[in-house]
Amino acid sequence: MDGWNRLTAHELVDRMNRRECSSEEVVRSVLDAIQSKDGPIHGYLSVDPEDALAQARAADTARRNGVSGRLMGVPVAVKDVLNVRGQSCTCASRILKGYTAPYDATAIARLRAEGAIFLGRTNMDEFAMGSTTENSAYGVTRNPWDLGRVPGGSSGGSAAVVAADEAIVAIGTDTGGSIRQPASFCGCVGLKPTYGRVSRYGLTAYASSLDQIGPMAKDVRDAALLFEIMSGHDPMDSSSLPEAVPAAGDLLVPDLKGIRLGLPAEYFVSGMDADVERCVRHAVQQCKDLGAEIVEVSLPHTRAAIATYYIIATAEASANLARFDGVRYGTRATGANEPIELYKRTRAEGFGPEVKRRIILGTYVLSSGYYDAYYVTAQKVRSLIREDFGKAFSQCDAILAPVSPTAAYQIGEKSEDPLQMYLGDIFTVPVNLAGICGLSVPCGFTGAGLPVGLQVIGPALGEMIVLKAGAAFEKVSCAAGRRPGLM
Amino acid sequence: MTQGKKQCGQGVDVKYVANLARMDLSGDEADAFQRQLARVVEYFRELQELDLTGVEPMAHAAVIENVFRADVPRESLPRDEVLRNAPQANADLFVVPKIVE
Repeated sequence: MDGWNRLTAHELVDRMNRRECSSEEVVRSVLDAIQSKDGPIHGYLSVDPEDALAQARAADTARRNGVSGRLMGVPVAVKDVLNVRGQSCTCASRILKGYTAPYDATAIARLRAEGAIFLGRTNMDEFAMGSTTENSAYGVTRNPWDLGRVPGGSSGGSAAVVAADEAIVAIGTDTGGSIRQPASFCGCVGLKPTYGRVSRYGLTAYASSLDQIGPMAKDVRDAALLFEIMSGHDPMDSSSLPEAVPAAGDLLVPDLKGIRLGLPAEYFVSGMDADVERCVRHAVQQCKDLGAEIVEVSLPHTRAAIATYYIIATAEASANLARFDGVRYGTRATGANEPIELYKRTRAEGFGPEVKRRIILGTYVLSSGYYDAYYVTAQKVRSLIREDFGKAFSQCDAILAPVSPTAAYQIGEKSEDPLQMYLGDIFTVPVNLAGICGLSVPCGFTGAGLPVGLQVIGPALGEMIVLKAGAAFEKVSCAAGRRPGLM
Repeated sequence: MTQGKKQCGQGVDVKYVANLARMDLSGDEADAFQRQLARVVEYFRELQELDLTGVEPMAHAAVIENVFRADVPRESLPRDEVLRNAPQANADLFVVPKIVE
């Protein structure tokens, strides 16, 4: 049989355990898909076929020797912002061209311990700053459903390769929606865990109080499996949570009886694409048909979330990216005679426009005379946003919402207007600001045939309720398991 | 250099801020950012319309305080592997332009 690349991780592990296929066959089938499809899509920045096949043969040998692992022999695609020992990690930036990771990120080490294979690095917006993957220094990624459109971002490469069956599962990161929005645009499943669930050790920091690593997958069960493996306390990340991770195990709830789902009035506002609203409202009705009780909730500070997010995220980014100065790693500008000049020239040459824009904005909001007016104000509004969710979750178990006001847009459509681009993050950034969790699961298609995601938002540490609701919904969703036809 | 300290008027003094961020900008970049960020900063001012009396600033998403570890030496990355990524290294040191005359 061919077409192993189209299966999920849990299906493949079952089949490999029954000796119906080997990891080498699975990896070859994924490499073939990359070979035939990734030219126009450009979801990968780099793939090392020899190394992937060597890892696959090692996994096959281990399995024959009785070694088991929940991902034994399954290839995983990794966003180019996470360190995988011995592989490049450029963050899609010129400034890190040629960088080789000297160690594994904790999330990667945990996947590796379960037998995962790391076969390639996926494209992204430079340093995860963007919503389209157009901000990569190494070229745009195209949406497999329509090559004229963006895959979303910043984890657009990960979403595109999962959707195009050029990967079994992928890892992304989500600071303001960067897993959920591309998952929605590309018709796959994406989970942003609770802040602190997955260790950030080995993740190149963008905004440290918001960043989280999470899975992107073909179904909810795979997302749950990867989430469970990557999660848990890590002494290398002092912000990682000490709470035990519940076993993702049995997500197969038959219905949603006894579950209360909140619908925030502020998330169904004018400006939302009519097709997106139709799909999400239909999904809400389907959840009701599955037995869920639907209640109205209010998140009154939603509108303020964009400004709050872009103040806090850029402030943190301006500090985090100070480390890229041409001294310890990455590229260095030539001809500088003294250190300050070296930093200034290196950063001028190494960073792309959106990264520079955010460094300027973040430095500005933290600068003397503006700190209280912007940064402290934003931190206060962040408290209000968190309180909004606290009140909402006293009335419901999880919240249903759109992921993005629109489906995937045309390449170039918003790239000249940063503010318009930022406003598209309205339904995802509040979750990061509050530090809670959110899942994107395919729920329908626009008239033009573009995927639309349903967002299931849960309270802090509420991943299991979100994954159960997502898994139950997935069984009735008309979009589940659908793949782009043009391939 | 006090130019950048004017209260929320004409937006961001991009050249002043770029110096703080230790990042050169071309004339075209500075012009574009000046224009684009003026709109973004104008948008930020919406927050000042909210009543924030008595609201505590939220510094972090997770309520974790004072995470300590034992102060004992641990194995670190091998020096040669770390220096392999350096743009310029000499034996076991990073090389930078002369700092002290």
